[in-house]
Amino acid sequence: MNQVLITIGVILNATLMYTPPLLFAALGSCFSEKSGVVNIGLEGMIVIGAFTGAAVGHFVDAPWLAFLCAGLAGGLLALLHAFATVTCQADQTISGTAINFLASGLSVYICFLLFRTSETMPVKSKLPRIFNDLFVWLGNNLPEGAAKLFRQNGFFDLVFNTYASAYIAFLLVIVVWYVFYRTRFGLRLRAVGEHPRAADTLGVNVTLVRYLCVILSGILAGFGGASITLATVSAFRPTIVVGQGFIAIAAVIFGNFKPQGAMLGCILFGFCNGLRVVLGSDAKISFTLFEKAVNIPIPVNIISMIPYVVTIITLVLFVGRARGPAANGKPYIKSK
Amino acid sequence: MSAKKQLESRRLSRNLHKIVSSSFPYTILSILVGFIAGGIALLIAGYNPLEAYASLFRAIFLNAKTGKLSTKSMTYSFIEYANPYILTGLSVAFSFKTGIFNIGAEGQYIVGSLAACLVAIFVKAPAWVLIPLCILASIAAGVLWGGIVGYLKVRFGSHEVLCMIMFNWIAFYLSNFIVNLESVNVGGGKTWTKIIPDEAKITISKWFPANVVSSNTHFGIVLTLICVIAIWYIISRTTLGYRLKSVGLNRDAAEYAGINANRCVIVSLAISGALASLAGGLQVLGVNYKINQFAAQESYGFNGITVALIGGCNAFGTLLAGWFFGAMKYAGTRMKVGSDRVPKEVIDIIMGCIVFFIAISGLFRAFFVRRIKGGDMF
Repeated sequence: MNQVLITIGVILNATLMYTPPLLFAALGSCFSEKSGVVNIGLEGMIVIGAFTGAAVGHFVDAPWLAFLCAGLAGGLLALLHAFATVTCQADQTISGTAINFLASGLSVYICFLLFRTSETMPVKSKLPRIFNDLFVWLGNNLPEGAAKLFRQNGFFDLVFNTYASAYIAFLLVIVVWYVFYRTRFGLRLRAVGEHPRAADTLGVNVTLVRYLCVILSGILAGFGGASITLATVSAFRPTIVVGQGFIAIAAVIFGNFKPQGAMLGCILFGFCNGLRVVLGSDAKISFTLFEKAVNIPIPVNIISMIPYVVTIITLVLFVGRARGPAANGKPYIKSK
Repeated sequence: MSAKKQLESRRLSRNLHKIVSSSFPYTILSILVGFIAGGIALLIAGYNPLEAYASLFRAIFLNAKTGKLSTKSMTYSFIEYANPYILTGLSVAFSFKTGIFNIGAEGQYIVGSLAACLVAIFVKAPAWVLIPLCILASIAAGVLWGGIVGYLKVRFGSHEVLCMIMFNWIAFYLSNFIVNLESVNVGGGKTWTKIIPDEAKITISKWFPANVVSSNTHFGIVLTLICVIAIWYIISRTTLGYRLKSVGLNRDAAEYAGINANRCVIVSLAISGALASLAGGLQVLGVNYKINQFAAQESYGFNGITVALIGGCNAFGTLLAGWFFGAMKYAGTRMKVGSDRVPKEVIDIIMGCIVFFIAISGLFRAFFVRRIKGGDMF
């Protein structure tokens, strides 16, 4: 039983490790899609965030500063996207594709200039585990039965003693939900995404709102990238970001363009990714059938497929027509 | 006198209008700007951009040792490296015409290579049967892979971009799964498939004397050229192409005019799927001869998006863009200043800038077209 609990703990821990990068990016994607700008360049913004976080984290022993710099880098890249899509009324897909290319090229190029290889050196220190001290204290002061759970490799220690970025990501879901549905700015940005001309007529500055939302999406994606290189692993490699941006976009569509829905999508992907990594290559189903032990090995690649297959099945069975913001993907031309 | 002059100036402005309103000059301009941006990146890093670019273009056309024009280098650039990009680019460009963004070319490429590889390994047949069979299998896989997404979109209203991203990853892991199956794997703890038999190989290098063509020049390029012409023909000369385009331009209007938009979506995705998967199949039969376990997506499909965009989503444009892209990919790793190797990522920066400027060139185009509107349009 104890072993099962620990395995579950390890898997949940891995889930909390793999979800935050997706979640940051997905929340970013919510912002830009809600305001009517498709951001395919999310992937690139994660890449540049991951690189900036790792590079700053290597040279300066201040993980939070590195985290902020990563957001800034993502935001700058997003500014380019905003300029192209809002000011120049460019095709949003084309601009996003360009951003992806630019970002991976720029990060690896700068990485090469700084480190003479395509990998950064490890960061000086990772983001803190905020509950570490609390868990140590609880482990020492609680009655023995409960304290066990908080000590090293106890269930709660395994699951919840994780990096600060994970908690920030989940807190941000609430913040973003609040901004979208309880603030004036949220109402405006949704109006801009649904019917920019109506919003414009009522005095909302469509250009400004879209610029802000796209830049916010870049900042959040940058944070997402940094939460890979400053928490999960501690250095940047070109293969470190492999499609998380696209998965985040998928999670947003999956969650019907709502932050809470996107969160569910991200957790699904994060969980299956965690499952895959923890179970590794020697996963098998073992049970006894007619007094004979049966071992059915589960190939790791089949486990890896689960989240993608589940997403498609969910789409077909439950979600159906995901309804995005009406003006999503269309540039707004004020007047002729 | 003055009437003649007026006529002449009108003709001039009409021609100017034609040039200014086509996308070609802006693409050329974007390519130039892309190279300038790359040059700035090189300058910052302390490389002489002129030298770096000179070595880039030398690597495309010339023999590295003798410095003479070399067909070997050119076949590397324009056949071996460019072929998959032309086809995936064509796939993306074709789906764009129906208003669908085929981000799934990546997965279609994978299933195409998988189908070709499996048929080549398991079917024992002479070359003239086996090769067409492999190619047909890869095309069928792509038709299926693309068509399913079209069906899901039409039948269940599933978001096609989301579906295709999922299908990319399913293809990715499916390939890794099959590569590691006992009957397919080469064995010995290696992570790739058995090598396909000689009967299935479409490489034609051995038909030529040494050093005339690259080591993996294959006649897939002929199929690719046929595809380019066929796609151009379908889009601009057939009813099917007309239907697809009208669905892409205005779905509601097309349906009002009696076009079955749902059918068009499925057909368009099936054809784009076939093009991308053909790219994968030809790559296995002509260049790789096996499939490796992937560590990361190989990006043939994603780069196809770039190729399609540089090519202006037009069949012949995509051909040129694919050649350009293939040459850059080939020569990018051979870029040198003195004896110092220039990081090949500068190519990605250049490509990113090119696509970015193509994206924002619409603004300039609108500006110039408005300026020159003085002349009659017809």
